[in-house]
Amino acid sequence: MNWEPVIGIEVHVELLTDSKMFCGCAVRFGAEPNTNVCPTCLGLPGALPVTNRAAIESIMAIGLALNCEVSERSVFHRKNYFYADLPKNYQISQFDIPVCTGGHLDIEVAGVTRRVGIERAHMEEDTGKSTHVGAGGRIHAAESTLLDFNRSGVPLVEIVSRPEIRSAEEARAYAQELRSVVVELGVSDARLEEGSMRFDANISIRPRGSSELGTKVEVKNMNSFRSLERAVEHEIARQVELVESGGAVVQETRHWDEEAGVTHSMRIKEGSSDYRYFVEPDLVPMVLNREWVQQIRETLPELPAQRRERYRDDGLAEALAGVLSAADRALRHIYEDAVAGGADPKAAANWVTGEVIGWSRREDVDSSELQLDGVALAELVGMVGEGRISSSAAKDVLDGVLRGEGSPGQVAAARDLIQISDRTSLGALVAEVLEANPKAVEGYRGGDEKVVGFLVGQLMKATQGKADPRVVDELLREQLLA
Amino acid sequence: GATPTRLYTPRAMPVEIDIAHVARLARLDLSEEELEGYKNQLGLILEHAARVQSLDVEPHVENAHPLGLFNTFREDIVLPSLDRDEVMASAPETADGYFVVPPAMEGE
Amino acid sequence: MSPMPGVAEAGRRLRDGETTAVRLLEGALERAASSEAQVHAFLTIDRERAFETAARADADLADGIDRGPLHGIPVALKDNMCTRGVETTAASQILAGYRPPYDATVVSRLGEGGAVVVGKTNLDEFAMGSSTENSAYGPTYNPWDTTRVAGGSSGGSAAAVAIGSAIAALGSDTGGSIRQPASLCGVVGMKPTYGTVSRYGLIAFASSLDQIGPLTRTVEDSALTLEAIWGYDPFDGTSYSGDYPDPKAGLERGVDGLRVGVVKELSGDGYEPAVEAATGEMVASLESVGVEVVEVSLPSFEMALSAYYLIAPAECSANLARFDGIRYGHRGQGVTTEALMARSRAEGFGPEVTRRILLGTYALSAGYYDAFYGQAQRVRAAIQDDFAQAYQQVDVLISPTSPTVAFEAGARTADPLAMYLSDICTIPSNLAGHPAISLPVGLDSQGLPIGFQLMAPPLGEEVMYQVAAEVERLAGFDLAPALPEVAS
Ligand SMILES: [Mg+2]
Ligand SMILES: [Zn+2]
Repeated sequence: MNWEPVIGIEVHVELLTDSKMFCGCAVRFGAEPNTNVCPTCLGLPGALPVTNRAAIESIMAIGLALNCEVSERSVFHRKNYFYADLPKNYQISQFDIPVCTGGHLDIEVAGVTRRVGIERAHMEEDTGKSTHVGAGGRIHAAESTLLDFNRSGVPLVEIVSRPEIRSAEEARAYAQELRSVVVELGVSDARLEEGSMRFDANISIRPRGSSELGTKVEVKNMNSFRSLERAVEHEIARQVELVESGGAVVQETRHWDEEAGVTHSMRIKEGSSDYRYFVEPDLVPMVLNREWVQQIRETLPELPAQRRERYRDDGLAEALAGVLSAADRALRHIYEDAVAGGADPKAAANWVTGEVIGWSRREDVDSSELQLDGVALAELVGMVGEGRISSSAAKDVLDGVLRGEGSPGQVAAARDLIQISDRTSLGALVAEVLEANPKAVEGYRGGDEKVVGFLVGQLMKATQGKADPRVVDELLREQLLA
Repeated sequence: GATPTRLYTPRAMPVEIDIAHVARLARLDLSEEELEGYKNQLGLILEHAARVQSLDVEPHVENAHPLGLFNTFREDIVLPSLDRDEVMASAPETADGYFVVPPAMEGE
Repeated sequence: MSPMPGVAEAGRRLRDGETTAVRLLEGALERAASSEAQVHAFLTIDRERAFETAARADADLADGIDRGPLHGIPVALKDNMCTRGVETTAASQILAGYRPPYDATVVSRLGEGGAVVVGKTNLDEFAMGSSTENSAYGPTYNPWDTTRVAGGSSGGSAAAVAIGSAIAALGSDTGGSIRQPASLCGVVGMKPTYGTVSRYGLIAFASSLDQIGPLTRTVEDSALTLEAIWGYDPFDGTSYSGDYPDPKAGLERGVDGLRVGVVKELSGDGYEPAVEAATGEMVASLESVGVEVVEVSLPSFEMALSAYYLIAPAECSANLARFDGIRYGHRGQGVTTEALMARSRAEGFGPEVTRRILLGTYALSAGYYDAFYGQAQRVRAAIQDDFAQAYQQVDVLISPTSPTVAFEAGARTADPLAMYLSDICTIPSNLAGHPAISLPVGLDSQGLPIGFQLMAPPLGEEVMYQVAAEVERLAGFDLAPALPEVAS
């Protein structure tokens, strides 16, 4: 039987605010344990939350970037469950009136664009961090747990996709595209390795063509895009194998084991899903009026998808547009200024995504500090196009420019890389070479084509390789036949 | 939400209480006897409380802050945190700046 | 011992140099010393700290620094308000020995106002109760008859003020916890409009109902103390940032031409004749001084108690979830975190708190939410509706504060519902978030105080105090309990 995977992804993104969601503690990764804590984020008796305006504006921006509806009135709820890293033993989250609902995100897999629906994006607070110590730090074998509440109360946006993802590849593409969006918005650094972006996947399978959903399994603990793709791949295969061997998928949460490359079941306590949501009485409703939403909308930067589109309109191929669009802002500006200065977009894009990036990596210079601007790149591209320098010489010229030796013209001159392509001066040289090599001339006239190459070589020697090879070839044949 | 807009149609709410499940949700490690006692008391209180189900008018006021407050935000400004030693002083068990507990059960 | 002066009178004597903050504190502590054995109003008294503050208050006044009406005044704090470095237990075993690392906003305000904190007063565990018998550290008894309860949950604060071991005290009122003990102890207890006194640092019982307020001997003292503690607090997301009324403005204004509504639903079955009589007499007196009194009906009040006993436990079940033996407080034994939490909580919470946590957890849990919690919230909205309509006809509403006078200790501990009925008159104001005040209007035949309640619309504190001052003049109640003999 032919199975269709049905995948929905929940992404948690920590916001880059200065202070936490409901208190004034600093949001800082890697601080000494329990040093960024106060009565509120430690859940001390009597402490109260007060909502961080910047966090709400960030989730509004995310919602707008994901084409969501921003609710005019939104409220926080208490999500009640006991867990050691949840200081109040309830999480301030959102339930039936999230800030953002019903959007979509376009992703590209193998050149094909697919639209993935966004169910909702809501605001909540992060938990503290548990470190399970004892046999290998593995949850199962933990002997005791160390608690650090520095992360407790960090603003967290949960973005829930519709179950419209159909492959592990798409799952990865969705997560990557979502990351590029929040990074572009500047609302999160979305560092997977630091846990500031985390994802869970809900996976089920159904016979292709069927419309109802199968039993879903939630897979957790993927900490890279690759492990997300692998985990989804593996879970789909596991379910197919299970069902085809007469078994049935059970609704459960499974833990992705990166080393072993498998998911294993997490023993879930019954009743654990009864979160007893109710409106957070310590906070008042939020009214996100249209004026405010409009203000946020006006601050939105160009998003990666829009940019790729624009680059394609410049005439760049899909792949090149993608690579350039993903490049640092500084590099993109060099390209855009060069094109504005009349450079051929394809050539400019190739220089930026090839030589320029390569040079900055080799020399370990940050792209924002490169001594190259659009004007210089346009000049360089022009010189190659007009044949004033060879493309190999152009790499030297670029190197010079990047080292601050001046404009491409100045560098080419200083490094003596300008090609001789003027016919009269080259014509004279050609005449000299023919005179000096009567045998070769004889041979040619006797029908020996090979000598042309020899003569070109002679001429290049005479000009230390600066002669424009095309012109030289032309002149030689003219004079030989004369 | 906490204030359904539709009118709740009154009906006798059968008060059956899975007291063990409730105690489990509330993380209260109670004996069988204690559970039985609380179950009976809850039954009586809930019988009285079920009176709320006889409300048959649609209230106009939306239950929120009595002064109609909304959008009480704080600006994104960092304030000093607590001194860790003062915090740790009230903790039952700590180790080099961490709070310490036995291994977690999974889930939730 | 000469009777303890009120806030206003003590302030005058301080500024006239007739007394000092230290002497006022000594007087308060003497009264405590001679009564604590029988009354047990306090859980903690920090003499050293108190005398330091008093001395500073005197020094400041000498230097011409006057911090306002509470400057140098001995004040008692209900022990559910966090005081940095001073044990704060909310009368629970689970917080035995807990010393908060921060001060509640009201505590900071008292400090800025130059008040001298005498100590932390007893309460029903986590403010859940109406008799202060649910304290893990033993009950508070009524200074008028120590075989009877002081009321609750702010019984310690009410008793302390009645005795004079504090000139003013702060309590918290979730369903009547300031007004009902004030009524039973013969003092003035006031619950402000929700959102006007910061809850930051108040150990939460039911967040949408809790409100801190003053207990004092006189109406004027009540207004003065309220002014010292209320106002916008950026650390409380429900704090009101608009214009506040002037609670003192109407104190001398009289009540001629005001309209007062007697709440029909708050009388009849279960109300002691002496209580109904006292209410009736006050109504007559008010009419005699030009008040127009009408009877008003607020039908939804019949469901108030039921709604309260769903909403308050639901919120408390979440508010008290943080007491898990991990970061502070009592820790029980357990091989897993879950077991440790469940043991810590079972050992740390008393029966009434456990009962309400279970009740609230049930009321919120899947399948019962709509029928119980959801519906209770709608009853709450209906109560706000009824109030709003009533205030179109009248300026304030009146009723007894409690259906009965102080009852015998132990009389209701076995019957939660009977105990809950003690708050039938006070709960509606909490559900609506409106201000209300209780003041003594007389004694019954057994010499026990009878309280009278005034309710006003949101931010209606000015007119509420205006009428309260008149009631106080008409009642002419200036009695204090005879101090028990010093146990030797
Ligand atoms: Mg979440
Ligand atoms: Zn904090």
